Amino acid sequence: MLWWLLALRVAVPEGSHAPFYPPTPELEKVAMPAFMLDDKPVTNAQFLTFVKANPEWARGTVSPLFAESGYLADWMGPKSIGALEPQAPVVSVSWHAARAFCQAQGGDLPTSWQWEYAADATLSAPSGARKDPETLQQILNWYAQGGSALPGPVGQGQPNHFGLFDMHGLIWEWTLDFDALPVTGDARDAGDAERLRFCGAGAVSAADTEDYASFMRLAFRDSLEADYATSNLGFRCASSL
Amino acid sequence: MLFVLASLACQTVEDAPSSTPEVSSQQAAVGSVVAELTHAPDVPAATGRTQPTKVVVELEVRELVMPIADGVEYTFWTFGGEVPGQFIRIREGDEVEFHLQNHPDSKMPHNIDLHAVTGPGGGAASSFTAPGHASQFTFKALNPGLYVYHCATAPVGMHVANGMYGLIFVEPEGGLPEVDHEYYVMQGDYYTVGKYREKGLQPFDMQKAIEENATYVLFNGSEGALLGDNALKAKVGETVRLYVGNGGPNLVSSFHVIGEIFDTVYPEGGNNLNHNVQTTLIPSGGAAIVEFKVEAPGTYVLVDHSIFRAFNKGALGMLKVEGDEDLVVYSGKEVDSVYLADKASANSGEKAVAAAEGLSSGDLTPAAQKAAGEALFAGTCSTCHQADGAGMASVFPPLAGSDYLNADVNRAIGVVLNGLSGPITVNGTEWISVMPPMSQLNDDEVANILTYVYGSWGNSGAIVTADEVAAVRAKGGQPAGAAH
Repeated sequence: MLWWLLALRVAVPEGSHAPFYPPTPELEKVAMPAFMLDDKPVTNAQFLTFVKANPEWARGTVSPLFAESGYLADWMGPKSIGALEPQAPVVSVSWHAARAFCQAQGGDLPTSWQWEYAADATLSAPSGARKDPETLQQILNWYAQGGSALPGPVGQGQPNHFGLFDMHGLIWEWTLDFDALPVTGDARDAGDAERLRFCGAGAVSAADTEDYASFMRLAFRDSLEADYATSNLGFRCASSL
Repeated sequence: MLFVLASLACQTVEDAPSSTPEVSSQQAAVGSVVAELTHAPDVPAATGRTQPTKVVVELEVRELVMPIADGVEYTFWTFGGEVPGQFIRIREGDEVEFHLQNHPDSKMPHNIDLHAVTGPGGGAASSFTAPGHASQFTFKALNPGLYVYHCATAPVGMHVANGMYGLIFVEPEGGLPEVDHEYYVMQGDYYTVGKYREKGLQPFDMQKAIEENATYVLFNGSEGALLGDNALKAKVGETVRLYVGNGGPNLVSSFHVIGEIFDTVYPEGGNNLNHNVQTTLIPSGGAAIVEFKVEAPGTYVLVDHSIFRAFNKGALGMLKVEGDEDLVVYSGKEVDSVYLADKASANSGEKAVAAAEGLSSGDLTPAAQKAAGEALFAGTCSTCHQADGAGMASVFPPLAGSDYLNADVNRAIGVVLNGLSGPITVNGTEWISVMPPMSQLNDDEVANILTYVYGSWGNSGAIVTADEVAAVRAKGGQPAGAAH
């Protein structure tokens, strides 16, 4: 079964991105080369096929270094999703496992900048979601909801300008460099981590302090370790053009 | 655009001065206990310990949909499943092993900054916890006092606005004096997309929060948290201690209990005592302890005396006090009287309006005059002198069978026009009272009222004419309509 064909990987064109934490205070925008990104998050069905082909990533078999105890906890068995929605995104999956999945197809997880660049597209434009109050409120509403309900099927809403579904409002997603962002455990104290990079230049800045959604994504990513299997966290894969 | 994120930017937090009391920090902890945590409005019992000890605190973060007002729901982020978070009570010098658990159903990472902690971030960096994980850190409670704890994960304001705060009380050596009741009250402000009391599940409104335009200002996380059956309770003669916190995120509280005076306040939760306080200011991210003895039964209302918050945003709570009345402390209502000043209106009732219309037709027979006067009397005079003219003991003298009235018609006209201050003697009783001038009545109206009064309740039956009234008014009374 050619399951990977079910996922459509679309080209995200080159452009420029304004990182929430600019690499230097003077550099508000960075050039983004074009890349390929899955149009939807990886589903239970796709990940089940991967696990069957790569049993070292099955629950109970996987090394505890690569996945903590909650790994694929909602699945009925190590190689069975049971009554779970096959087209729902796979969650409770570790960073190591997500990378292994992507690498098995000649790709990798998107970087945080790639993910944020792709997610800033609105329905009609290549960027601006972070600046649009209505979009921001919708994203915040999802973030603010508790996460006790399992996510529904992927691809149910409208794709954004790049043809990507579910960048907001369904799950959190792993990025390749999830732990590289300068948010400390104490959000008010941007100092310690920032100081390593910026203090000499005398600037500590976020691109836009009203961009609560980005704050929350950065904080979420920063709370993770690579073996974590968290119930609202899935992924999609990227590759170069 | 670039905004400075935090003024802490390049400061070294390690340099923060410590006012550590030497003795406490050197006192070794003995033994180990698990802290009993309580939901508001309950407060854990005093530790009763004379030695510092190791205290294990386990606090679980839950993200839950709960009522914020009648028919209105909100997704609260909580320490312990309710807002405010569970009350933590320890003793000065205790070594606290703190476990923060973030429920697997949470969507957000969370942490905790306890203002009782001396150390960078108050524990925030050490307790940063992803959903489905738990963190542990240990601190020594160096300073006694009442402290706020709260979540400090980005965006901090939103985590706090969603209810992530509570109180930790570090008892001083020897504890606090015993009282009959201890309660836990914490104020917070909330920002919803819908208006105040707009039904349904209301999302957080980021813009309103930034503008500090609160939709709700609440005690203990919901509009009914301290009302009706949930009211705080005490009995007459008992002492009450309130541990009052303010989580914010934005608003400062002018905390007041209507009908009580705080005998003692520990302002800002510290060591200094203040006495005989009406309203105490509680900063956002701050706390105070207030103590008072309840002396009279009834309902005492807790408010933020920034009073629109109480009446239009929900900042109300109740303390119900049962017991016997002490009329020396508080008499209850002794007199309910109508106060008309000199603005008494002849047109203050339907009867008065009808009478005024009747008068517009010109001269009246004595019977018609009496009927018109009855209507005016009901609207102007009967509230004090009563509908049966009997007056009210010790306040309003009688008109029925009144020797003072019947003795002199012109004097009676003058009293109506110009008012009268006692003392006067009516039927052998002295009255010391004040009647305001009824000079807003025109000559016809005064004549009709007095004709009605003289023609009723065994009085002389005198007929009073408008000309007689005009004559008295001309002698020094006020002109018709002067009061208007």
